[in-house]
Parts: sequence; C-alpha cells; structure tokens
Amino acid sequence: MNRIEKLFKTKKKNILSIYFTAGYPELNHTLSIIRELDKSGVDMIEIGMPFSDPVADGPVIQRSSEKALHNGISLNLLFEQLARVREITNLPLIFMGYINPVFKFGIENFLHKCSETGIDGTIIPDLPVEEYRKSYEPLYEKYNILNIFLISPQTPNERITYIDSIAKGFLYMVSTTATTGATNNFDDSQMTYFKKFNDLNLKTPKLIGFGISNKVTFNQACDYSNGAIIGSAFIRSLDENGPLPEIIHRFIGQIRD
Amino acid sequence: MNETFISDKNGYYGEFGGAFVPEMLRQNVESLRAVYYNIIESAEFKKEFNMLLSDYAGRPTPLFFANRLSNKYGAKIYLKREDLNHTGSHKINNTIGQILLAKKMRKTRIIAETGAGQHGVATATVCALMGMECVVYMGETDMVRQEPNVKRMEILGARVVPARCGNKTLKDATNEALRDWICNPENTFYIIGSVVGPHPYPDMVARFQSVISEELLTQLSGKEGIEDPDYIIACVGGGSNAAGIFYHYINRKNVRLVGVEAAGEGVNTGRTAATISVGEPGIIHGSKTLLMQNEDGQITEPYSISAGLDYPGVGPLHAWLAKTGRADYLNATDKEALTAAYELIRLEGIIPALESAHALAALGKLNFKKTDIVVVNISGRGDKDMQAYIEAKKMFK
Ligand SMILES: Cc1ncc(COP(=O)(O)O)c(C=O)c1O
Repeated sequence: MNRIEKLFKTKKKNILSIYFTAGYPELNHTLSIIRELDKSGVDMIEIGMPFSDPVADGPVIQRSSEKALHNGISLNLLFEQLARVREITNLPLIFMGYINPVFKFGIENFLHKCSETGIDGTIIPDLPVEEYRKSYEPLYEKYNILNIFLISPQTPNERITYIDSIAKGFLYMVSTTATTGATNNFDDSQMTYFKKFNDLNLKTPKLIGFGISNKVTFNQACDYSNGAIIGSAFIRSLDENGPLPEIIHRFIGQIRD
Repeated sequence: MNETFISDKNGYYGEFGGAFVPEMLRQNVESLRAVYYNIIESAEFKKEFNMLLSDYAGRPTPLFFANRLSNKYGAKIYLKREDLNHTGSHKINNTIGQILLAKKMRKTRIIAETGAGQHGVATATVCALMGMECVVYMGETDMVRQEPNVKRMEILGARVVPARCGNKTLKDATNEALRDWICNPENTFYIIGSVVGPHPYPDMVARFQSVISEELLTQLSGKEGIEDPDYIIACVGGGSNAAGIFYHYINRKNVRLVGVEAAGEGVNTGRTAATISVGEPGIIHGSKTLLMQNEDGQITEPYSISAGLDYPGVGPLHAWLAKTGRADYLNATDKEALTAAYELIRLEGIIPALESAHALAALGKLNFKKTDIVVVNISGRGDKDMQAYIEAKKMFK
C-alpha cells in the first residue's frame, strides 16, 4: 500500500503535514530538513519543487523558490539529493510543484524516478483534474504514485462530489480564496466553509492547507478535517537564527505540544 | 495533420492550448467559458461592440498604400493602420469586447497585465468609459521604459501596481494578475491583453481582434479588386494583432501569413524573445504552447527592446500555425526594428510602435515579386517609444 494511504488508514485526526521548498535556505538542506521533520514527529512531508513562476503562491514561497533556484536546485539535482531518503524516514513524501518542470522532465521519467526514490505522491496545482485524467492517470497508476487534488472555496458541490469519487490519498482543501501564505486566524466565513465541507461526508480524507501558521489555526482546521498542512509559516521560521534542528523542533513543538 | 485553426471545446489548437489553471481559478475560467461564445455571438452584443468600435475607437482603421516604401521593396505595400485607433493600438478592440462581456457577467472590478502599457491604457480607458474599478499590473522594468503610459493609466483613474519578481516585465505582471484573480474570484474580471492564457481567452481575444482582417477583406477589394493579398505581415508578442489580421485568411491558403518575433540582440545570444525560434512545448499562464525555458523546465527571462514583445510564451494558435506550417515566423533584432521604424518615419511620415517596427523589419527579409500585394499590420503608434527613437537618432541622420 502507498504510504499516504497507510497514514490515513491508521491516523484519523490531527495529521500534520509540513511543506518546505527544496534547496532553501541552502542548496543542501533538503535531507537535513527531512530528517529533523521526521524526528520532530510530523506525519507527512511535502517537498516543494521550485518553479520560476509559482502563480498559486504568495510572497513567502515565491521568495523561497527564487532563492532555491538561485542556489542551483533543479529536478535532477533534487532526485540526486533524495537518492537515499528512504534510509532516514518512513513518512509519506509528496512532491509539490508546477506542471512545466515535470512536463519537461517527461512525465513517465518523472514518475519512474519518484517511485525509485520513494516519493508517494504529487500535488501539482496547475495540472487540472481533467488534464490529469486525460493524459496522466494510467502512468500514475503504473508507478503507484498518488496525485492529490485541490478543492477550493470556489469549487461547486457537484464538482467536489466528482473529485471525491476519483480521488486517492486525501483531498487538499484550500482554506481561502488566496494564494499560499500564513494567517493568524480564520474568520467566520472560513469556519462556515470548513463546516459545510465537512458535512458533505466525503469518502476521501481531507487536509486543510493555505493560511495555517500556528497552534490556533492548526486546531481550528483539525476540528473540521483529518489534519492540516503548514508551508509559508514553516519556511519563514527557517530564516530565524540558530541551528536548523533547534529551529525545526521549536516550530513543530509550538504547533503540537 | 488535422488542420483546423479554431480551437476545440477544450481550447486546443492541435496539441496546443487547454486551460491549465489551479482549482482556485477553475470556477472563474469555467464560468467565462460557459457563457462567452453565446454572449459575444449574440446580435445584441455585436450591435454594442460594433457601435463602440466605430464611434469610440474610430474604426474602420484605414488601409494605406505606402508608395515610397513600395518603391523601395519592389512590391505593393499596404499598411493596416491600427495605430490610428483610439489609445494608439489594436489593443482597444479587445478591451472593448472584454469589458462589455464583464458587464454582462455583472463583474465590478477589472484587472489587467501590461507590457508596453498599450493594453493597460486600453483597459484603463474602457474602465473609465464604463465606470469600473481598474487595477493594472506592470513589471517594474516596463514602468521605467514605458513611463508615459504609466502616467496615462493613472490619469485615466487606474491603479498601476508594480510586479517586482523575475525580470519585472510582462511575464511577471501576468503572474501578479493571476494571483489577484485567485484572491478576488467573485467581483473581478481579468481582461487578458493577448491571445494567451487559459481557454477561452485565446479564442475570445482572437475573435475580438478579427475585426482587423474583416475590414481588410473589403478594403483590399475596394483598392485592388481582390480580397486576398500575397502576404500579411504582423509582429508577434503574445500574438493578438497577428491573430486579428490573420483571422479571416487562415483558411485561404494562397495568402502567406508571416509573424515576426523579437530577436532582441539575436536569436542565439540568450538575449531574445523569439519564442517560436528558441522555445519548446510547455505550460505557461494556463496554456500549453511553445515557451522559452531551460533544461529544468524553468521559464527563462526574455529580452527585447520592445516591452510589448518581451514575453517568453506565445499564443497557442501561433504555436499551432507554426507547427503546421500554415504561417511562417521570422524575427527581427532590436537594431533591425529601429532601422525599420526610421525607414517608415522618413519614407511615409508615420511613427510606428517599436512592436510594429518588427513587422516592418521583415520586408527586407522576404523576396517579393513586383506584383505582390503585401499588407503590414501597424499595430500601434510610437508615442510611447519616443525615448528609444530619440536615443537611436544619431544612427539615422
Ligand atoms: C503596439 C503593439 N503591438 C503589438 C503588441 C504585442 O502584442 P500582440 O502580439 O498580442 O499583438 C503590443 C503589446 O503591448 C503593442 O503594444
């Protein structure tokens, strides 16, 4: 069974998934960040594949992507860095990024490499469900990689039902009509949306992402889902002074304690 | 090879096109896709659109026989004078169409991206006309080199927001506009300035711009007794003025269609915007097309003296016209464009936009027969480029 599916089978609440940008802050931090996240007790890790034009991202991830590319990260190099990642973690690992670098790499080549490396899934915001089904699904199935779909507050109910019916792993529920970025609190309309979404009783587990930054927002999100994803706030914490392990353990500790 | 040049229901021209948008934008794009065709093909819409094109934009634009230019190149050269439109370029054709559509869809806030500022000015203009809020994203580099247009937009009541990522040009402005649309899905209509972006934009913008070739059919019959010229030449940034003047001729295979991209300092110098020459298939701003990218699939920074052509992608229609061989794509360097601009200025007394000057630069690259009828689309006027022309003046006594 795919590690993502296994996670959701065994854990139903308070799942914490952390996103970071590969190659940031330093080119060779990728493995150290994964190791420390694993030790700090997160449930899943999303490894950002930097892209020059991340249209779904807010300022923090835009900047980390730009810096990572400047540092020299590439998809090829990322696969090299991750060649022995399965010696340091058993957590589900997901690649998150944009379609063009994957398309350029060659989709089959990419999925083959993912499977060799031990990557369990992908989140590619600008690969729409329809294009995925038309051209990509058979290859994903062949390599047992899960492609995770997004749901936004704009997604109509009948489309949510459709996406739920074909989804594997989990649904990535975007918390707000905004690009990625951290907020300190969810407002009433967001809470109403979480509740409405939760009441649909979908078959696929769901994680809430975008705008989660601290214990308050994490707990709010968890009330209406199986867990939540933190990205921008974590990346910002990596800019703090001090040794990487300490920063990471402090950050995760504040969310979880 | 399947050679239809109208996109299919999913927005594909052959292998190019589609709507590669994140789920957060899907509903915006889908609600536009669901209604655009029926609205813009309705009699009521057409009546209003055509009224504004004639009474507000000043259409039809003249077709001018350029006598001295013709003598120089040994062919019968006509200029389609899009530069004489209100606001100074073909961009107004599209913004009038899209703002009418936005009104029909009850949107209250307009956003746009702009490179040279011509699309931004054309958008700010129709927003003033319709009393709508207007936000224009523009790369910081472009705000400097096209400063007069920044001021024009601001005078018209638009807010111009600098894009500060990447090379700070058209691509980066488009990213910012897309992000704005993600954040404001309910009230906002995104007026895209070229035949780029997710379906239905490439098809919709081409339809609005097709008025150019529709007029050309009758104007040329009037002057030459035939509808079909031998050549049609237009510059290609995203490709909207070219799509507009090619539109009604695409299935008339005896007409040679020539698009001209910006070579910048030269196609092989790394400082270029000639996407069709150096690009490879990929996905940019919601559509599968040719784009300039490195071996890692990162979009590379284009360069051209002309802000309106300084874009690393190209509309999917053009990627398909190039692939099928239906149209030929040439390119012109900064220097060739400046030379061609001065030539038009001194031979015909017309100061073209730097973008349009690239189309003129192709005249010296084609072998005409004396009897050939050649139409060059003068997509815009050069007021915004006076600084570049003044700096180049010493080259052309
Ligand atoms: C005068 C003029 N011509 C051409 C262009 C290029 O756009 P397109 O290729 O969409 O016609 C621009 C863009 O700003 C322009 O201002």
